[in-house]
Amino acid sequence: MRRERLKKMAVWKFASCDGCQLSLLDCEDELLTLAGKIKIAHFIEASRAVMRGPYDLSLVEGSITTPDDAERIKEVRRESRTLITIGACATSGGIQALRNFADVREFTSIVYARPEYIHTLAQSTGIADHVKVDFELRGCPINKRQLLEVILAFLKGRRPNIASESVCVECKARGNICIAVAKGVACMGPVTQAGCGAICPAYDRGCYGCFGPKEHANVNSLRADWSEQKGLSPLAMERLFHTFHAWAEPFRQAGLAAKQDLTPEIQRIEAECE
Amino acid sequence: MSDSKTKTIKVSYLARVEGEGALHVRMRKGKVEDVQLKIFEPPRFFEAFLRGRNALEAPDITARICGICPVAYQMSAVHAVEHALGVTVTEPLRDLRRLLYCGEWIESHTLHVYMLHAPDFLGFEDAMGMAKSHPKEVQMGLAIKKAGNSIVSVVGGREVHPINVKVGGFHRAPRPGEVRTLLEPLQRALAMAVDTVRWVAGFSFPDFDREPEFVALRHPTEYPMCDGRVVSSEGIDIDAVQFDDQFAEIHVPYTNALHSVVKGRGSYLTGPLARFNLNRSLLATTARSLADEFLLEIIVKSPFKSIIIRSIEIVHALEEAIRIIEKYRESPAPSVPFTLHAGAGAAVTEAPRGLLYHRYRLSEDGTILDAKIIPPTSQNQKSIEDDLRDLLPSRAALPKGELTHLCEQAIRNHDPCISCATHFLRLEIHDVEPSDGTVMP
Repeated sequence: MRRERLKKMAVWKFASCDGCQLSLLDCEDELLTLAGKIKIAHFIEASRAVMRGPYDLSLVEGSITTPDDAERIKEVRRESRTLITIGACATSGGIQALRNFADVREFTSIVYARPEYIHTLAQSTGIADHVKVDFELRGCPINKRQLLEVILAFLKGRRPNIASESVCVECKARGNICIAVAKGVACMGPVTQAGCGAICPAYDRGCYGCFGPKEHANVNSLRADWSEQKGLSPLAMERLFHTFHAWAEPFRQAGLAAKQDLTPEIQRIEAECE
Repeated sequence: MSDSKTKTIKVSYLARVEGEGALHVRMRKGKVEDVQLKIFEPPRFFEAFLRGRNALEAPDITARICGICPVAYQMSAVHAVEHALGVTVTEPLRDLRRLLYCGEWIESHTLHVYMLHAPDFLGFEDAMGMAKSHPKEVQMGLAIKKAGNSIVSVVGGREVHPINVKVGGFHRAPRPGEVRTLLEPLQRALAMAVDTVRWVAGFSFPDFDREPEFVALRHPTEYPMCDGRVVSSEGIDIDAVQFDDQFAEIHVPYTNALHSVVKGRGSYLTGPLARFNLNRSLLATTARSLADEFLLEIIVKSPFKSIIIRSIEIVHALEEAIRIIEKYRESPAPSVPFTLHAGAGAAVTEAPRGLLYHRYRLSEDGTILDAKIIPPTSQNQKSIEDDLRDLLPSRAALPKGELTHLCEQAIRNHDPCISCATHFLRLEIHDVEPSDGTVMP
């Protein structure tokens, strides 16, 4: 019987913290089995051995923030039959997309003594802004169980079974008492996609939205509840929407809407930072 | 450097480090003229966008600097903010933080020892390849790593970017029952970690010593982790708030990471070698006896032996974690109360790969006015270059492949986390031989 050729997988990194690709190495129980089912052809963090493309599956971590990377992602796409992004940076630009609301030259001069040595783009953007993406796995970081499901589904040639419901659904399933109702905590669960296992409410804190906006997220209703029922300041609301998925459309808009109500407060802070 | 007498050896990538970078070496007649460790991990500007955020957000935001050592970022952040606010956590909360940090030391060190570093000594490209002929060892590594990760999951809420850490303590103190489940796997991991020390101590190490200025934390009674004074082998003995007086960051053109130096002296080394050389007597019992058995030298000067020290530190962290868990009988109040106010604070903690410094200045309502973060890899970067500068001259005649591999290994000795400071290291060796024009292949 002829042995079937193992499919080739590559892991790529753009601007990111490495946490999502680390999730692959964190699959301690499955890693060696997985290595027997798919050829890990390019995974620089884990191996010196690099096989040339094309690759059957590429996992892409990180956001596009430099002119070179904007070119490199196109090459990765050309070499990849299926391209799946992993994590918040690759989905919506990640936390480094906070620069998109500011002047990046000013940012450079805050961090670096010689800003002229630094080459960077004005915006940090997700991969789908640059090339076609076949599937986006959410999370900051991704959930490793979901990552395994995505790889397995790819190997079987089926759609990954990844829920697109809100964190609230997971939270109920876990048997948590709703902290937004019971404790009046500002929780982003209602507008955030499930996948984490509702860990924040399980640890007595509000969800902070690290899996990004769920489909049809009703951010305006949540903002109204926060403002009217929970007495949150516009600044607190802006910060909640503008952290790990600040550049994802519903969160971007909601944060900007909150910000409109707080221009005087922002001016005060900017003056103090000077 | 592109005339006919110049030779460029291009080796595609230095892998098995965390982050993106390249190494550039220029040699003439076997003498090293220039070594540049370049980091091209794109800048992400954390210190800039922290301005205007609330200090309470610092632990969640700064964790995202590094997916390999998020707990280190959270620990330095909360300690620095607490210092600014004059907050001290209770003893049980301090223990819980230590437990969480032990979890990260165990998983990060085990990742490095088994998946990134050991393959170098045994001639494999990666751990998956190594698993074919060393299945028992690789399984052991995965089991130890899993035990460390379980601590981070239970105490922190998840393995990467834990959600339970906050200024003043935790959002929720884990229940004794949850913590107890960790004990048995940790005890099994401890036995395996002891075997790991014996295993790696039997590797063969290149004959190479260097004695940089070692810098680490020192605590009167504990092997350092969350707190202590910053001390060095050259006599530095300061509090975290004095860090900027003693150390300076310089920006060099070829890298996106800033270099740190001791003011008036130059490069220094933090991390396992420094910690061990300055605090060896404070290791937990089994770890200390393993050190006495396998590291006879008073000061370990071989950076290649960092793999032994990391393995000993895994044993230490496991012993420490077990000790904390065994006395964890009831959940303490999860955090101490405090109010936000204006102030400035700094903290240094021991990330697995070295010192991590955070400093914040806060306004009346706790808004961050100014933040400074110095990750371990940017502190070690210059010292890594110095290692190569000293290592290469006597080995210049080695075949290209071997020389390159040795350079990679010398860099991996220090477990650079290049996302903190950068992902692949592209290695280029330029060899200039003007006298006879012989070029290596």
